[in-house]
Amino acid sequence: MSNFIGKNVRRKEDHRLLSGNGEFVADIKMADSHEAAFLRSTHAHAKIKKIDTTQAKELEGVAAVLTGNDIKGLIEPFKFFKEFGETPPNAEEINLMTQVASKELLASEKVLYVGHPIAVVVAENRYVAEDALELIEVDYEPLPAVVNPEKAVENDSPLVHENIKNNVHTSFEVVVGDFQKAASEADQVLQTEIKFPRIHCNPLETRGILSNYNRRRDELTVYTSTQIPFVVKNYLVSMLGLIEENVRVIAPDVGGGFGPKGGVYPEEILVSYLSIQLNKPVRWVEDRVEHLQATRHSRDQLHKVEVAFNDNGDILGLKDNYILDSGCMNYFNLTCAYNTAAHMRGLFKIPHYEANARIVLTNKTPNVPYRGAGRPEAVFTMDRVLYLVAEKLGMDMVDVIKKNLIRAEEMPYDQGFYYKDGGKVVYDSGNYPEALEKVLEISEYEKYKKVKEEKKDDTKSIGIGISSYVEGTGTGPFEGAVVKLDGSGKIIASAGASPQGQSHETTLAQIVADQFNVDPTDVLIRVGDTGALPHGAGTFASRSAVNAGSALYEASQIMKEKLLRLAADELSDTIDNVTLKDGEVKSKNGKSISFRKLAQLAKPIPLFKAKRNVEPDLEGTYYFFPPTVTYSSSFHVAVVEVDKKTGKFDIIDYSIVHDSGKIINPKIVEGQIQGGIAQGIGQSVYEELVYDENGQLISGTYMDYLLPTSMEIPKVRMDHQEYLSTRNPLGIKGVGEGGAISPPAALANAVSDALSPLTINLNQLPISPSNLRSLILKAEKNEKAKREGAVHEG
Amino acid sequence: MENSVEQPQVDANDHKVQSNRVSITLTVNGKVVNKAVEPRMLLSDFLREELDLTGTHLGCEHGVCGACTIIMNNESIRSCLMFAVQADGYDIKTVESLATNEGTLNGLQEAFSTHHALQCGFCTPGFLMTLTDYLDKNPSPTREEVREVISGNLCRCTGYSNIVDAVMDYTKNRSM
Ligand code: FES
Ligand code: FES
Repeated sequence: MSNFIGKNVRRKEDHRLLSGNGEFVADIKMADSHEAAFLRSTHAHAKIKKIDTTQAKELEGVAAVLTGNDIKGLIEPFKFFKEFGETPPNAEEINLMTQVASKELLASEKVLYVGHPIAVVVAENRYVAEDALELIEVDYEPLPAVVNPEKAVENDSPLVHENIKNNVHTSFEVVVGDFQKAASEADQVLQTEIKFPRIHCNPLETRGILSNYNRRRDELTVYTSTQIPFVVKNYLVSMLGLIEENVRVIAPDVGGGFGPKGGVYPEEILVSYLSIQLNKPVRWVEDRVEHLQATRHSRDQLHKVEVAFNDNGDILGLKDNYILDSGCMNYFNLTCAYNTAAHMRGLFKIPHYEANARIVLTNKTPNVPYRGAGRPEAVFTMDRVLYLVAEKLGMDMVDVIKKNLIRAEEMPYDQGFYYKDGGKVVYDSGNYPEALEKVLEISEYEKYKKVKEEKKDDTKSIGIGISSYVEGTGTGPFEGAVVKLDGSGKIIASAGASPQGQSHETTLAQIVADQFNVDPTDVLIRVGDTGALPHGAGTFASRSAVNAGSALYEASQIMKEKLLRLAADELSDTIDNVTLKDGEVKSKNGKSISFRKLAQLAKPIPLFKAKRNVEPDLEGTYYFFPPTVTYSSSFHVAVVEVDKKTGKFDIIDYSIVHDSGKIINPKIVEGQIQGGIAQGIGQSVYEELVYDENGQLISGTYMDYLLPTSMEIPKVRMDHQEYLSTRNPLGIKGVGEGGAISPPAALANAVSDALSPLTINLNQLPISPSNLRSLILKAEKNEKAKREGAVHEG
Repeated sequence: MENSVEQPQVDANDHKVQSNRVSITLTVNGKVVNKAVEPRMLLSDFLREELDLTGTHLGCEHGVCGACTIIMNNESIRSCLMFAVQADGYDIKTVESLATNEGTLNGLQEAFSTHHALQCGFCTPGFLMTLTDYLDKNPSPTREEVREVISGNLCRCTGYSNIVDAVMDYTKNRSM
């Protein structure tokens, strides 16, 4: 039954957030709460000779000052997060080489990046804590900084970690078919270099933590702005030697995540440690400038690609050699780098494929997977390559796409190697040619092609760019759910997911409501709380509707069965003769009983003598383990107008067709897409974390790190496909990240198209006016030289 | 209004020297408030920490994101760029003033919900206050004008278009 799945149910989250009653970490108050502030390295790479905290400790109002030496031997350093990619099952096949780096929570010997925490102060308020930071003296001995990842791998480069040879933390290769053979047989081979810059994810709420230790009960409660409360809990338990049952981690309202809140941070461990030591609530709220250097960065890949193709547009093979600059640690192992390899060929049939990846360490903030996690990098690379092939052949890029697209009748399509979860890369469902037709239609592709020809003048010209992707979504390994009937008759549905704006309280309630034939307002969703159920994972990787949704669906079936059995018994009927409606169980014999009454009946009370064999409480628990990911897919079309004189361009129109399987709430899905595209546009045109040669972060405030505003983001035209996933009971595919994947490629292609026949090599981002202007100047100069050369020869 | 500067005092209980505090009186959401604050306390921190009005959010604390926007004497301003002492004598409205005491949302808030103009909701109070001030003075703006007026507020989730839709719908319905 589907009364609410597929409907625009109003969000349950809205009322509190609109009225100023949201509860973000920084909003939570506790008596005698103290504030923490962190002293961070001002050097990218330096030995610490001495840290003097004497004066800071003496300042009025300071409760504690902690340095790396104070916790040596007590708290282990961070190495990597095994939750996010242990050695994949095909490690041998991909020739995986990896090493283990470690990073002290508070640097005591060596700092590895600007922003590396060195000391933490706890004081009666943040003002005093920051005063105390000023009083700490650190004596550094600067070391040469490793900044450029290409130079980092050379033999004479300084090392970020003494034990990581050539600064190459991890390398692997993916081989399908035989690229060399394809290259020797193809009509043409083209080589190019493509770079995706380092960027920041910038959720509007920075990180924040409030830890409260209760000594009498030996209980630790931690509020943290995280995407993964269960993982944070596991690390607190193991790193601080706590009793699992006594630790509760809560992600209250979280103001955006997008990836960087999907890892455990030193601050979470240290603030909790200090709360235990001081037996007081300790709060830390990051400021934005701190956030830009201390919250993990993302992307930063450099690709050297070769593509082998025939003159008719058939692509025979692709070879990609790439480096991912992971900053000073590779916490997330293969996550981004392998995603890039796994998604490179997207929805194309490219029989011969070779990827060689190296994850390199430098003296920068550690990396994290950010919305798209390796996929935008793959798609930017692939779709720029397709553009270049089309340009070389004088074909419309759409025709090159059509030549190589996987056809509907070829689904499920096997790409011939393994995903990082061990499943084969087999696209489960979808119709890509249909998606292409749809996007050409809604974007008015033909119309804009005409406009482009008509409008071309000396300064301004129109260009159209296209990009596409498949996206493995709904990453496992699992999500948990508990569904129970409350004494009030309401259904309480708990899941391990942990939202940061994704509307879980609404969409998950829609799923559960449909199982019990009640209104979503009668379903209370509990998420972001390790107290709600024993095991969970969290919200990242476009996984929650798939994993938490499916777990809740199955848990609901278990609870429903118990409910119906009890009701049938009570109504003196058989289970086949009872149905659920309006919060009641009705029997064919005309009798009915309310959920509330049933909840009461199921509760054991003193002297209760069960007259039937029912378990106390009506409850269902289910852990959903997806067989592997499910594949969403999409086409994007961007139309731009470029001003050659200034290098500035406007996005005139942007369209997308998306298949995310079963849609639970159209408005929310569209909101995810529009928001994802806005972030994608930001990365394409405005954003870049710039480091100088000493490893100093140059774009470290909102004055120099630009984010897109309402003036830059168009309202996107959208259409959907609903090809159900075959890998979960409701047919859901993930949608959270999709929007962010294609804009860089679509926009770069559109800008290139607008400037053609001028050949600008738009193979790096951001496409800022100054970058674009200098590319145009360079191309014009080349062209002039070529013309003059021709004249000369002639 | 003259600020009365108190002398440093010794707190007998925990022997702490309190820094110079300044007594300020202002009206916040219709109520008169009188408090002694440190001169360096930001207005945003004053609202959040001293008055527990945590609907005003801090996204950057350097005047760029707009999350901390409030209305002061009928002008929308960024509360992270002012000290509390500078607000002495002023009339302030925060997001908490928009709904009724019983919790009924106003028309603009309703429109935000209807159009899914918020996701995480962290930026929302800032947008609402920027718009409340603007729409008071410009009751029927064009779409372009709305885009422009909210361009000083960052939202990382929505991609803005639903916010513009919400405002257009609200102003249209209001004028009918
Ligand atoms: S917090 Fe005031 S403008 Fe960002
Ligand atoms: S709704 Fe999250 S920042 Fe605007």
